[in-house]
Amino acid sequence: MIKLESKVPEGKLADKWMNYKFKMKVVNPANKRKYDIIVIGSGLAGASAAATMGELGYKVKVFTFHDSSRRAHSIAAQGGINAAKNYQNDADSVFRLFYDTIKGGDFRSREANTYRLAEVSNNIIDQCVAQGVPFAREYGGTLANRSFGGAQVSRTFYARGETGQQLLLGAYSSMNRQVKLGNVEIFPRREFLDIVLVNDHAQGVIVRNLLNGNIEKYSAQAVILATGGYSNVYFLSTNAMNSNTTAIWRAHKQGAAFANPCYTQIHPTCLPVHGEGQSKLVLMSESLRNDGRIWVSKKAGDTRSPDKITEDERDYYLERKYPAFGNLVPRDVASRNAKYVCDEGRGVGGGRAVYLDFSDAFHRIGKDGVKDKYGNLFDMYKNITGVDPYEIPMQIYPAPHYTMGGLWVDYNLMSNIPGLFVLGEANFSDHGANRLGASALMQGLSDGYFIIPYTIGNYLVTENPEKVGTDGSEFKEAERAVEDNIQKLLSLNGKQTVDEIHKRLGNILIDKVGMSRSEKGLVEAIQQIKELRNEFWKDAKLVGRADDLNLTLERAGRVADFLELGELMAVDALHRNESCGGHFREEYETPEGEAMRRDDEFAYVAAWEFEDVGKWQLNKEPLVFENVELAARSYK
Amino acid sequence: MGWLMKFVNSSIGKKFVMALTGSLLIMFLCVHLIGNLTLYFGEEAFNSYVSTLDIVKPIVRVVEFILALIFIFHIYFGVVLWFNNKKAKPVRYKINASSDSSTLSSRWMIWTGGFVLIFLVMHLSTFWYAFNFSGEVEIDGVHQYYIIVTDWFKDPVYASVYVLAMIFLGFHLNHGFQSFFQTFGWNHKKYMPLIKKLGTLYAIIVSLGFASLPIYFFISSLGDK
Amino acid sequence: MNNENLNLALHIWRQESREAKGKFEEFIVTVSPDASILEMLDEINNRLEKEGKIPIAFESDCREGICGACGFVVNGRQHGPLPKTATCQLHMRNFKDGETIYLEPMRATPFPIIKDLIVDRSAFDKIQQSGAFISFNTGSAPDANAILVPKEAADASLDAAECIGCGACVAACINASAMLFVGAKVSQFALLPQGQLEKYERVQEMVAAMDEAGFGSCTNTYACEAECPKGISVINIAMMNRDFIVSKFRSKEVES
Repeated sequence: MIKLESKVPEGKLADKWMNYKFKMKVVNPANKRKYDIIVIGSGLAGASAAATMGELGYKVKVFTFHDSSRRAHSIAAQGGINAAKNYQNDADSVFRLFYDTIKGGDFRSREANTYRLAEVSNNIIDQCVAQGVPFAREYGGTLANRSFGGAQVSRTFYARGETGQQLLLGAYSSMNRQVKLGNVEIFPRREFLDIVLVNDHAQGVIVRNLLNGNIEKYSAQAVILATGGYSNVYFLSTNAMNSNTTAIWRAHKQGAAFANPCYTQIHPTCLPVHGEGQSKLVLMSESLRNDGRIWVSKKAGDTRSPDKITEDERDYYLERKYPAFGNLVPRDVASRNAKYVCDEGRGVGGGRAVYLDFSDAFHRIGKDGVKDKYGNLFDMYKNITGVDPYEIPMQIYPAPHYTMGGLWVDYNLMSNIPGLFVLGEANFSDHGANRLGASALMQGLSDGYFIIPYTIGNYLVTENPEKVGTDGSEFKEAERAVEDNIQKLLSLNGKQTVDEIHKRLGNILIDKVGMSRSEKGLVEAIQQIKELRNEFWKDAKLVGRADDLNLTLERAGRVADFLELGELMAVDALHRNESCGGHFREEYETPEGEAMRRDDEFAYVAAWEFEDVGKWQLNKEPLVFENVELAARSYK
Repeated sequence: MGWLMKFVNSSIGKKFVMALTGSLLIMFLCVHLIGNLTLYFGEEAFNSYVSTLDIVKPIVRVVEFILALIFIFHIYFGVVLWFNNKKAKPVRYKINASSDSSTLSSRWMIWTGGFVLIFLVMHLSTFWYAFNFSGEVEIDGVHQYYIIVTDWFKDPVYASVYVLAMIFLGFHLNHGFQSFFQTFGWNHKKYMPLIKKLGTLYAIIVSLGFASLPIYFFISSLGDK
Repeated sequence: MNNENLNLALHIWRQESREAKGKFEEFIVTVSPDASILEMLDEINNRLEKEGKIPIAFESDCREGICGACGFVVNGRQHGPLPKTATCQLHMRNFKDGETIYLEPMRATPFPIIKDLIVDRSAFDKIQQSGAFISFNTGSAPDANAILVPKEAADASLDAAECIGCGACVAACINASAMLFVGAKVSQFALLPQGQLEKYERVQEMVAAMDEAGFGSCTNTYACEAECPKGISVINIAMMNRDFIVSKFRSKEVES
C-alpha cells in the first residue's frame, strides 16, 4: 500500500499557494547550477518548465521523440487559453475561474490544485505577451477575449484558431534562449523507455535514440515527465499519431500511482470515420453546435440521402431530450447521445455518424452569414471529406480527445516516487472528471512556468538527492531490462501487424470504455483486453532491426503499454459505481437520463498501484470540499 | 572595413550587391537606350550625340570605369551565388514541376544573364571598340558612327543575335526590376503588384527599344537592294 | 464519399540510410479516394509488415496540418499539388485513376536524408536557437495589457508566426534557401513592440546561423510562398533583408 499525501498547505484556499511559497525551501542561486534536471517531453508543460528552470540556473536536459521539440501535440490546440484577468469587466475573478473549473470537472479534483491553477492563470498571459505571443487584439491595442463552453464570462485569450501553436512556439522560443545560454540541452529523436530509481528516488532515465537504436542512459537529481495524455489508447483519437502512454506507463510500473484512468474526454464534433484505413480523427470547433442542428433518421438503417428524409422522419434527438439546452448540451452528453442513436442503427446510412445540419441557419442568416462565422471550418470539412457542407449536411461523430486521468501527483506535482514530477496532461491533477474548453493550455503552462520551478527547488533542498553517475547497478539493470524488452518485441513473428492489434484494442475500448459504460461491458472488456494482450505477445509481427530507425518497433512498444493501460481503464471504470464527467455508467443515471454522481461513496481519487501486469491495488485519496458546494449538473 | 566584408560575404550581403549593381545597371540601360534612339532621327542626330560624348571623354572614361566595376561585381556575385546555390541543392526532383510555383524568368536569371554577357562581349568588341580604338570613326572630317552602327545592323547574323540578346535581357530585367525592390526590403502589399507591372513594362520597353533598331535597319536595308 | 477506388502506380524513394544509395521502388495500389496520402502509405506499410518487409519510413504526427512533421515531394511539388495544404491533408481524390505518382524526400544539402522519405531538419532548430526569442525571464512580465500592441501588428506577426517549420520552402526553392522560414521567424518578433529591443542583434544572429547551415540564397523566385502550406508571405523575407541591411550599416556595427 502506498501512502498518498496530498501535501496541500495550510491556510485559507486563497492563501495556500502564497503560504507555500513563503514556507518552501529555496536553492541558493549559486547552487542551482549543481543540479541536473531531466525533462521528458517538450510540449507546453515540458518546454515551459525547461525554459524557466534554465532561467533559474538549473542544468536541464530535455528529451523528445520528435525531430524538433516544437512539434509536440500541444501545437494542435485550437480554441484558446483561459485566464481570470477580468479584462472584459464581466465580474470574472480567480474564484470564479476556480469554481467553473472544479464544477466543470464534476467535483472530482483537488480544491487547492484547481484554485492555484486559476490563481496563476493571469501570470501566464503576462508571460506569454512579454515573450511575443501574438494574441488577438482589439483595435485599441488591448487583448481580445472570446467566451467558451462552461463559463458565463468572456475570459479566453486566443490567436485565431492556433492558440496552442502560438503558445508552444512561445515556450519553445524561451527554451531556445536557454539552449543558447547553455542552461538547457535538447535531445531530439529520443524515446523515453524507463525511469531509473536509486534508493527509491527518481535519478535517471533510459532512452532510445530513434535514429540508430542506441540505448542511452542519463542521470539527474530529479526527473520531470511532461508527456501528454493517452487518448491514442483508442487507436482513433484526435491526438497526434505518436502520442502515447509509454513514459507514464513505465513510471507507473516502477511504482508511480495512476490516478483516475477512466476519466477520458470524448469530443462530440469530430469528422466521422471514412473507412478501415483511417489513421486518426480530426476535431472541428464545438462552436458549430451554436448554429447547426443535430439529427438522425427515425428509422434504423435508413440509407436514403439526407434530402430525401423529410422533416417529420428526422429525429432532432438533442432538442427532443434536452429542450432547454438543445444542441448546446455539454460535450459528454452530446457524445453519449450520438453513440446511443448510432447503436440503435439510426446513424447516417446505419453507420456511425450523425448529421449536423445548417439548413435553418442558411435560412436565418444566409449562406454568407454562415460562411462569415464558420467559413474556415466548412472549408476544412470539404477538404477532408470531399463533400460540400453548404450543399449536403455535415456528418460528425465523437472522438477521444483528452484524458483527465494520469499519474497521481501531490500539491508539488510530484508523484509518489520521490523526485519524479509529472506535469500537464500526463498528471491527473486539475480537471477532475471532465475538462472545460481552453483549460488544457492553461494547465500545461501553469505547471511549467509557475509551479514546478518552485516545487522542484523545495524538493532539491529538502531531499538533497546526490549526484549519481550512470555507471551504477540500477542503471545497468534498467538498461538491460529495456534491451530485453526490445529483443522480446523484435522476436515476435506472428501474423498480425501492430496496427491491426492496436485497432482491435481501440474498438473494444471505444465500445465498452468510451462514451457510455456498463458493468457487463466492462467485465467483457477486461477479459477481451487480457486475451488481446496475450495474442499480441504471440501473434504480432515485427520487422526491422534494433540498431536502426525502426518505426514498427517504436509503435510496438507503445501498443504493448496501451494493452496494459486499456485494462486498467476498464478496471477503474468498473470500480467507479457512479457517473461523473467523462465517465458515464449506464447503471447510474437519474430517471431523466442524467449522470448520477455519488458523492458520499466516490468523492475520492482512485490511485492505482501496479502489482503485476493485469493486477492493481486501489488507493484512495479522499477529496474534501471546503469552499464549494457539490451541485448536480442539469441541462434539461 | 571588416564589417563591410562580413556583410558582403553573408547571403543577404551578396544579394544586396546584386540588387545594388543591378539597379544601377537598370538606370544605365535607360540612358543608353535614349542615346541609341537618336538613330531614328537620322545620321546627323546620332553622330552629334556620339561626338558630344567624345568631347567629355575624360568624364565618359570615369563613368565607363565605374560601369565596368558594376558589371564585374554583378557578374562575379551572380556566379558565386549560383555556385553556392548549386551546392545547397545538388539533386533535382524526378518530376520537374517548378513552373507550377515560380516564373521562368526568375529561375533562368543565370542563363539569361549569361547570354547577355556573351552579347556584351560581342557588343563591346564591335561598337565600343570601333568607336574608341579603330580609328575609323572619322573619314574626311565626317563622323562615321552612324554608318558603323547601321552597317552592323544590316548584317543578318549580327542583327538576329542582337535581337535574341534583347529578348533575354527582357526576361532578365522582368525579374531583376522587382527583385531589387524585394532585396532592399521594399516589398509592400500595396505597392509590390504595381512594381511588378512596372518592371515588366520597363523590360518590354527596354528590350523592344533596343531590338527595334537592328530590326528597323535590317528591314530598311532589304529595301536598298 | 463513396466514389470508386483509385488504381495508382507509386514510385517511392527508398534509401536505407544517409550514406546509402537510394532508388525509386514501385508499388501498385488500390486506394479509397477518401484516404489521405499518408493513410495510403499506412496501408502499404501494413502490407509490407505482413510480408516481413521493411515499411516505408516517413514522418507525420498531428495529421491536421499544424505540427509540420510531415512533408515530402509529390510529383515534384512539396506537399503535393494543392495550395496551402500540408501532405497529411492531401487526399487521394485529388488524383486520377491510373495515375503514376512519384514520392521523394525533400532535397537540400542542409536537410540530409535519414531514411526513405525522412530528412533531418535540425538546421531549423539551430537557426532558432541562435536568436528567435525575446529575452524575457519568467516572472518579470508586466501586466499583459501594459504592452499595447496595434491590432495590425499583432495580425501581421501572427501571419508570420503561423509557420509550421515543415521545410517546404527549402524543398521548393531551386536554391534550397531557407529565407522564407528565417524571414518569418525574424519578422514575427520584429513586428511587435516587444521584439524591438533585440531586433538588429536577432536578425544578424539568425542570418549568420542560416548561412552557417549551408542554405542557398534567395533569388526571389517566390516558389517558397507558393508551396508554403500556411501561405507565409515573402514580404517577411523583404523585412528581414531590410532589417539585416540596416543592422549592418548602423553606427554601432561600424564601430565594432
